[in-house]
Amino acid sequence: MSGDRITKALLFISSLTILLLGAGIVLSLFGGAIPAFREFGLKFIVSPAWNPTTGSEEYGALSFIAGTVITSILALIICIPMAFSTSLFIAEYYNGTRTSSILRSLVDLLAGIPSIVYGFWGFYALRPLLVATGLSDQGFGVFTASLVLAIMIVPYATSLSAEIISMVPAELKEAAYSLGATRREVIFSVVIPSARSGIIASFILALGRALGETMAVTMLIGNANVIPKGLFAPGNTMASVIANQFGEASGLKLSALIAVGLLLFLITAIVNALGKLIIKRFA
Amino acid sequence: MNNTPQSENVLEIRDLFIAYEPGRYAVKDVSAHVRRNSITAIMGPSGCGKSTLLRAMNRMHELYPNIETKGDILLDGQSIFSMSVIELRRKVGMVFQRPNPFPNMTIYENVVAGFSLNDIRLKKSQRDDIVENALRNVALWDEVKESLYRKGTFLSGGQQQRLCVARAIAFNPEVLLLDEPTSALDPIATSKIEDLLGELKKKYTLVLVTHNMSQAARISDDSMFMYLGELVESGHTNTLFTTPKDPRTEAYLTGKFG
Repeated sequence: MSGDRITKALLFISSLTILLLGAGIVLSLFGGAIPAFREFGLKFIVSPAWNPTTGSEEYGALSFIAGTVITSILALIICIPMAFSTSLFIAEYYNGTRTSSILRSLVDLLAGIPSIVYGFWGFYALRPLLVATGLSDQGFGVFTASLVLAIMIVPYATSLSAEIISMVPAELKEAAYSLGATRREVIFSVVIPSARSGIIASFILALGRALGETMAVTMLIGNANVIPKGLFAPGNTMASVIANQFGEASGLKLSALIAVGLLLFLITAIVNALGKLIIKRFA
Repeated sequence: MNNTPQSENVLEIRDLFIAYEPGRYAVKDVSAHVRRNSITAIMGPSGCGKSTLLRAMNRMHELYPNIETKGDILLDGQSIFSMSVIELRRKVGMVFQRPNPFPNMTIYENVVAGFSLNDIRLKKSQRDDIVENALRNVALWDEVKESLYRKGTFLSGGQQQRLCVARAIAFNPEVLLLDEPTSALDPIATSKIEDLLGELKKKYTLVLVTHNMSQAARISDDSMFMYLGELVESGHTNTLFTTPKDPRTEAYLTGKFG
């Protein structure tokens, strides 16, 4: 009896700690961002200016919001066909075979590679390739960053989708086969519709990862504090600008960076909420 | 295609062997026949191969990798292994142990799922007819005619199973295979399905796997008793239940094993 109560108290305290931690992070983000918002108001969100010159200091987050949203969505677009077909291959076409289990381990291995290593690879392998195509002078820019970002999120989206696809009940597939459906028809009329909300969820989670990804993007996007002028033009993301500038920032600039962090947090929260809404609608 | 009078036997199973792994037979040397417009019950203890035998009749057993099949099954005199699987499964439909309507489809869409899955385009009026006929045939029409466009998964278990029967007969198959169709249902839903099967045999030939002996005795015309992959005994249900020839059949029927 008392053992039960102790366990209950311990669990309650742990949960409360998590809650307090979360609240604390949000509070300090808000607190830190106040000076920037007091100075620039809502203009902070819609202005692309980023001028740290003393005397004419002016900060706006639009360039970074644009950079983050464009690279993440582009990464998602590149990721979807790769991850979707790989997960179908692993979880449906070759499910239960050696090929599938080897591929599954490889995908998990890719998911475990640290971000900085992807950045390195992008910098020394992918960037020169882009230079060679002539599409970009130095190889830095939105497209390079998105490409590496896509490669980074493919393993997550793949293994989550594969998990969902392999959870589609065998009896539904059998029902379709017994009605004379071919394998392709079973997959497109039964497996994918049944797994749809889960597949969407896995891509939204992947998008969430892309939004917050810092290191590899910082190494490849070119770190130009402007709205990117094109696919192969340099830009900057919210996470990158914070990583690049927080060390030398103070006063209003520091507050502006914290405000960028707060906005990133909000965008990620909105994306996740949107994802859950979609899942609810399909479920 | 040919105008020869239809023989009494719809299905002829000839020296059938099925192995899931090389050398390990789930079905051993089974020869039997299924009469037209009758209910044939396949009985036997768990793992006796009855489901495998049933699934072989529309080649659903081929969904398992590395399956090995020897012997033959004839449908109206033609080997099912020489037919296209798709054509075969339209002629030999199937109902499963647990009701499995497609959760993403409405009741209406579930009934015509066989057509839509196969990309067979039908006029709206044709589809309406098929849906109404199939649902009437399974005595579900009056219960669901107001909710045809709701998801099939909202129905009770027994209604879902009748919906699955409707889905299977929408193609107007010759044979309907039923793999323990009432094992997930309560007694009332079970007795409704049993009544339904009695009605359906007027139009179709039914093969039913069951581990419920009283069910087999109640509704089947012919019975097969399988044990360890072998067909121990088959014949008219009355004869088999009252005067079994094989001591193993007798032991099973009197509850000594299984």
